[in-house]
Amino acid sequence: MKTLFDKIWDDHVVSTIENGPTQLYIDRHYVHEVTSPQAFNGLRARGLKVFRPEKTVLTADHNIPTLHQDKPVKDPISRNQLETFTRNATEFNLPYFFPMGHPKNGIVHIIGPENGFTQPGMTIVCGDSHTSTHGAFGAIAFGIGTSEVEMVLATQCILQTRPKTMRITFKGKLNKGVTAKDLALFMILKLTTGGATGYFVEYAGEAIENMSMEERMTVCNLSIEMGARGGMIAPDETTFAYVKDREFAPKGKEWEKKLAYWKTLKTDEGAHFDKEYEFNAEEIQPMITYGTNPGMGISITESIPTIDEVNEASRVSFLKALNYMGFQPGEKLLGKSIDYVFLGSCTNGRIEDFRAFANFVKGKKKADNVTAWLVPGSWKVEQQIREEGLLDILQEAGFEVRQPGCSACLAMNDDKIPAGKYAVSTSNRNFEGRQGPGARTILAGPLVAAAAAITGKIADPREFM
Amino acid sequence: MEKFIKLTSTVVPLPIENVDTDQIIPARYLKATDKEGFGNYLFADWRYNKDGSPKADFVLNDSTYKGSILVAGKNFGSGSSREHAAWAIAGYGFKVIVSSFFADIFRNNALNNGILPVVVSPEFLNEIFKCVFENPETTLTVDLENQTITNNATGRSETFEINSYKKECLLNGFDDIDYLLSKKDLIEAYEAKKENF
Repeated sequence: MKTLFDKIWDDHVVSTIENGPTQLYIDRHYVHEVTSPQAFNGLRARGLKVFRPEKTVLTADHNIPTLHQDKPVKDPISRNQLETFTRNATEFNLPYFFPMGHPKNGIVHIIGPENGFTQPGMTIVCGDSHTSTHGAFGAIAFGIGTSEVEMVLATQCILQTRPKTMRITFKGKLNKGVTAKDLALFMILKLTTGGATGYFVEYAGEAIENMSMEERMTVCNLSIEMGARGGMIAPDETTFAYVKDREFAPKGKEWEKKLAYWKTLKTDEGAHFDKEYEFNAEEIQPMITYGTNPGMGISITESIPTIDEVNEASRVSFLKALNYMGFQPGEKLLGKSIDYVFLGSCTNGRIEDFRAFANFVKGKKKADNVTAWLVPGSWKVEQQIREEGLLDILQEAGFEVRQPGCSACLAMNDDKIPAGKYAVSTSNRNFEGRQGPGARTILAGPLVAAAAAITGKIADPREFM
Repeated sequence: MEKFIKLTSTVVPLPIENVDTDQIIPARYLKATDKEGFGNYLFADWRYNKDGSPKADFVLNDSTYKGSILVAGKNFGSGSSREHAAWAIAGYGFKVIVSSFFADIFRNNALNNGILPVVVSPEFLNEIFKCVFENPETTLTVDLENQTITNNATGRSETFEINSYKKECLLNGFDDIDYLLSKKDLIEAYEAKKENF
């Protein structure tokens, strides 16, 4: 009896070092401009080629502007990084290279699935911690460092210690106005930011089964925020329907063969997990964060914990976080004025997120005190926003849509929230300075972000629905 | 990679929990295409004012505390996979990080750069902080061969875990790529088997 994780892991073991890590074969390697240049330098220094170029997919996303992508990048250091990326892709003959402006360009965790590069049963890595996103397809997907990027480029393998397994089951259905992001923030609150470190998580239960692929990607994406290397969901008809006919998905006889295999990818009845949690999805409310890690969350109608509610060892860090955020222990956040709204990132930059946001703001107006950055996750998402008429709705309500990229999620480019300003952000991290030096991030789902954009305050989206 | 065998040093205390990789090295410093110079930006937003002058109250700017061992609160290195965090720590001159808990990706990145992450019990960690704040000359000895860490102020020791493969790598200065490149035949055999599958 095996778990889903065990089945895929065991299928990819090339060798095992006694009392050491496993040599694991990697089916898909995503590469971006920020964590790869030193790996390519390493290959050059050792006189190596990329071992399996056709398993390698490259896109520029972290360090690109979200305006005027047709013009040269102004910042010379960023431009050099992008040019280095192009030089590496060319020199090492990598066929799947999507530089800034390419129709298939976008955030690595968005373009992988949307082009069919991500498939069930695969092992997938990328020099980015949110690689866990791809686990939504029933794949073992995890983030790696640059030394490991070099290993995979050189050998298509990686050395990894087998993680422990955890299952998190969500019984029941999500309530109206509650999104996959809320479910994930709820879970990180319960487990804490390091609560799943050392584990690979499988998500299960009715609430997960009812989710679309995009919602599942949001949940798996945030696995790393509770310390898990990856999260995964058993592939089902929803998965197969999403993958079918995508450009790089298997076709014809190959599809039939793969599909038969994918249908075996589920945890056997009675298989052992090292840890199990169960939550009731109906208990989950729209969530926001008040602190400086994603585990510092509350339901939107609740108050920040009081000092007595925080365990003694964590009080210094708790107060440091509140001091940074400009909040008080025990304070309610509903009705608080905010300055910025960011819709985008590998967490919530897909078409369903834009649909949810656009439907909410339809016929309303953006609050004057709010600067809103709406950044699609890819050019395909951007195109869909136009084709579905969402752009008209958004413009009518006073919003603009920028060009794709990671943008204000990590603020490597010019999209930085100014010091001291509050941003309701659909991204994944509220760390100090994450969205710009001194920026104050409040993480939320697309509906809470839309309500904030319209009212200029932290508001409960259910009151408008 | 440099070898690591045994080290005795004074320590730099950072008693903060959940120190994430955005604090270790903020994203705006990730634009370089080599591994050099990141040590200057280690903990940049805690260490420097907006004008680039040092913040007097941050431990790296306090000459009382120095050494090649960083001691930090639990869950050190959470967040992004950026290996720049490990390069910044190594670049600054730290060889060992002691905490009661490390984030996964960061721990691998540290080991791949010859930095030894040492996990100790919360009690042992608290005792180090206490000793160091009482006497900044307090030293720790980290012995990789025997997998022990000793607080020389109290004489108290703990053993720490490291898998034997990684231990060999550090003791000898080998890295994973050397190992994997020696296994090319196994990789090709695996691929051939998978083709027929």
